[in-house]
Amino acid sequence: MATIVVDVMLKPEILDPQGKAVAAALPRLGFTFATDVRQGKRFEITVEGEPTAAQLAEVEKAAEKLLSNPVIENFTVRVDK
Amino acid sequence: MKIGVVTFPGTLDDRDAARAVRFAGGEAIALWHDDADLKGVDAVILPGGFSYGDYLRCGAISRFSPVMEPLIAAAKGGMPLLGICNGFQVLAEAHLIPGALTRNQHLHFLCTDQKIRIENNTTAWTNSFTAGQEIVIPLKNGEGSYQCDDETLKMLEGEGRIIARYVGENPNGSRNLIAGVSNERGNIVGLMPHPEHAIDLLTGPTADGLGFFTSVLKAMVK
Amino acid sequence: MVLDTVALAKAHPDTPQPFAELGLKADEYASIKEILGRRPTSSELAMYSVMWSEHCSYKSSKIHLKQFGEKAVKSDALLVGIGENAGVVDVGQGYAVTFKIESHNHPSFIEPYQGAATGVGGIVRDILTMGARPIAIMDPLRFGPADAEDTRRVLPGIIAGVGGYGNCLGLPNIGGEVVFDQSYLGNPLVNALCVGVMKHSDIKLAKAAGAGNLVVLYGAKTGGDGIGGVSVLASETFDAKGPAKRPAVQVGDPFVEKVLIECSLEIFAEDLVVGIQDLGGAGLSCATSELASGGSGGMKVQLDKVPLRDPSLSPEEILMSESQERMCAIVEPSKIERFLEICKKWDVTSTVIGEVTDGTHLEITFNGELIVDVPPRTVAHDGPVYNRPLAKPDYVDAVAKEVINPPIPVTSAEIKNVVLTLAATPNLADKSWVTDQYDRYVQGNTIQSQPDDSGMVRIDEMTHLGVAVATDANANWSYLNPYEGAKLALAEAARNIATAGAKPLAVTNCLNFGSPEDPGVMWQFAETVRGLADGAFEMGLPITGGNVSFYNQTGTTAILPTPIIGVLGVIEDVRTRTPMSFTDAGLELYLLGATDENLSGSEWAYLHGMRGGVAPTADLAREMRLIDLLVTANQNKLFTAAHDLSQGGLAATLTEMVLRHNVGAQVTLNNPGNSLVSETPGRVVVAIASDQAPSLLALAGAKNIPLAKIGSTGGDALIINDCVISLDELRTAHTETFKKLFG
Repeated sequence: MATIVVDVMLKPEILDPQGKAVAAALPRLGFTFATDVRQGKRFEITVEGEPTAAQLAEVEKAAEKLLSNPVIENFTVRVDK
Repeated sequence: MKIGVVTFPGTLDDRDAARAVRFAGGEAIALWHDDADLKGVDAVILPGGFSYGDYLRCGAISRFSPVMEPLIAAAKGGMPLLGICNGFQVLAEAHLIPGALTRNQHLHFLCTDQKIRIENNTTAWTNSFTAGQEIVIPLKNGEGSYQCDDETLKMLEGEGRIIARYVGENPNGSRNLIAGVSNERGNIVGLMPHPEHAIDLLTGPTADGLGFFTSVLKAMVK
Repeated sequence: MVLDTVALAKAHPDTPQPFAELGLKADEYASIKEILGRRPTSSELAMYSVMWSEHCSYKSSKIHLKQFGEKAVKSDALLVGIGENAGVVDVGQGYAVTFKIESHNHPSFIEPYQGAATGVGGIVRDILTMGARPIAIMDPLRFGPADAEDTRRVLPGIIAGVGGYGNCLGLPNIGGEVVFDQSYLGNPLVNALCVGVMKHSDIKLAKAAGAGNLVVLYGAKTGGDGIGGVSVLASETFDAKGPAKRPAVQVGDPFVEKVLIECSLEIFAEDLVVGIQDLGGAGLSCATSELASGGSGGMKVQLDKVPLRDPSLSPEEILMSESQERMCAIVEPSKIERFLEICKKWDVTSTVIGEVTDGTHLEITFNGELIVDVPPRTVAHDGPVYNRPLAKPDYVDAVAKEVINPPIPVTSAEIKNVVLTLAATPNLADKSWVTDQYDRYVQGNTIQSQPDDSGMVRIDEMTHLGVAVATDANANWSYLNPYEGAKLALAEAARNIATAGAKPLAVTNCLNFGSPEDPGVMWQFAETVRGLADGAFEMGLPITGGNVSFYNQTGTTAILPTPIIGVLGVIEDVRTRTPMSFTDAGLELYLLGATDENLSGSEWAYLHGMRGGVAPTADLAREMRLIDLLVTANQNKLFTAAHDLSQGGLAATLTEMVLRHNVGAQVTLNNPGNSLVSETPGRVVVAIASDQAPSLLALAGAKNIPLAKIGSTGGDALIINDCVISLDELRTAHTETFKKLFG
């Protein structure tokens, strides 16, 4: 059993009001390390056995078709070690 | 004139859309998301609500429902199709309309009586209005900020496909105050505010919303 | 992990059990052993502990709440009274309406969004369980001071939670309250009301009748939501080496509930259930014991059949889980196939978990082993009844001696300052920041919502029959005199129904108090219940049910006693309702009701740090005459507008009326200072066409309600004697407050 992780983020040019809200909240709590914050989504997909290249390709297709909206989002796919 | 109103799991304003159709003089036909059957209707409305709880992204799961296949084919063939709010989100996810609807800039759900201007009265859903007519209909959503890239924006503006714009302060951060967009042909329209909630003064801020429904009945007569 | 079965309990009677950690007293534990004739199994112990808790058993309040039934007025309109999930009243034309308020205070303090969201979810399910389609919600809320840090922590989340859940369910929010006071700091109050409608024949009750009928659990899967104390059983008694289980905050899924509503209504429409219960506090323990109690008592349940989200749950945890969006139905075998079919259509998980028997015990097995064998009434209904000591606290007489004399405005400038100050104070300021986060349009039947006196919904599109609901409480008065405070709140809610022309019909209530272990709080509670019972009887309004929330206190400081009274009324034709305010100039303004100089408990007094004094004495006979006047005037089309006076007095009422449609008013007042800030109960401002004056005078005379003409409508200012306040300035003061406080 393995976990394939798909991270989905808004494209850099898209306004991210949630990320902005987080960035504004951090200094109010005394955290001053951030110059910017962007908020995204992470999907943890459980598969049987070790992921094959074919499976990963399928996940990429699913990420493109369903897990992300390519109009406004980018995604990355990786195997969780 | 038969107008189909689609219900997805979580759709909320289907009965209100059906009521608006009846008020306008049409016959509302209920369409179920799981049936790939348009039941011979002449036009379709994708109503507002929280289909699939807005999970994943608004409209992202609904767009793959069985009813969408014949619907997309019919719409591409010219059948009038109106997506209201969540319906607009489904149209965008299905790429029948360019762009995407994102989280309101101020991060709150906003329910307000919104003034909009009808910029294009040649579409199947707006021909009852005069060009530039300002109307007030309820806006109520959390993800109504219309976004698209510069190229798309240029095209939409250039081709007059922005059919309605917010008047006054931008209620949600939509680019260029875009409240409604059409496809090239003008039969498919996505609209963020809710005309079905402005059909009489008893229950709505105005009766301005009725115009969208009388428009399509007129369009179908032609 | 060794399963603690009935057999094991019989064989090992002296196994120590953590009853105290589960909140049971030694005598209660002994009681359970007596009932069962042996020690309870750990599952039974879990069931008793949670069902006998204050929240579920009402053990501290039962003895007082009895009065609602004892002093109840005979009402043909009451179809289902206290004792069921919610009361049901006949509203005419074959329709029945059910409504109820519930609290979700403590969870909202811990996790504001989810606490509020699941509060809404819970009350909606209670309404659904009666067989009704939920049609509207309301949210009376209380917070600490508006500028307190903890208020900024909880308020936005609570509003977002009420909106997030209610909007997604497609329920219009037709009203509510937001009130701030120091006593609620650390103890915000989140009360949620739901109204539902059905035909008389649709009414469903929570009873398991008919041996052989099936027990079906449907809705969301069961997880670890809300299992706090019960984890003590799992980890301590049986699995010392296992991972520590932490109580899981209940998380609501409004989408699942929306689907559950549609699925259930289809099931009801085909008459497929014999009885039904929703799973709220105490989850399956409550549902099974309540349903079984409603029948002859016999029920067999196979707990291992419960669909789980978390497979590691022990049987005790499954029984205690408060996972949301679950219902339990009793279905005849001949109808189960169709039942399951409808669930499948809506993609709702549904499982047969047991059956009704002709025995008298609730028997629960887990993988074939008997782990619960109890007489269900002892769990669900015959819990402990406490008669807690009560004693009138010293503060009552002490504060009654305080002189309540905040500065009364005299000059024009002072009057302007008072009006603007009250318009801007958080308790009275414009609440759009809150209500714009709620959908008021969905379902297309909302006739009135915020900021109107009551919420009003049309229930028949052909006849335009409608219902109006108002919630009110005056904790300031309840603090000074809980008996009168309850009556006054009841009168206010009923008056708020009547200003629109609806006729008050029934009452619900949510009683929010501090610790019942404090004799002073217990006295406040007892007096409140006595006042509400007496008041409802005098006003001829049946109390249909409600909720009690105790332990709203931090340390030794209790909240102000806050009995939220909800009144429901009927209007034959919503198109004829009297609106709250006017759109035309040239109308005459009248103040109905006499004004006195007692400022105890008023907003103006509180703003000057004066919280003492003597509460007004409720004159319910006069209130009823006023209500009669309001309803009659509406039927005779006498009023162009009518708006109730309450917190903030005439100043607030005039402010709200002129800003509603942006039409000013000119008003002349004797003793303007007091007239503006006094909160004497039983008053309404009405606007009439001048040719209606003789009719109004005659009606007021007939009803023995004093009235005074105070002015007329028109212009772009609120003019009081020679004080001119432009509507722009008034609007700015009224609408800036929440933006400044909460962004």
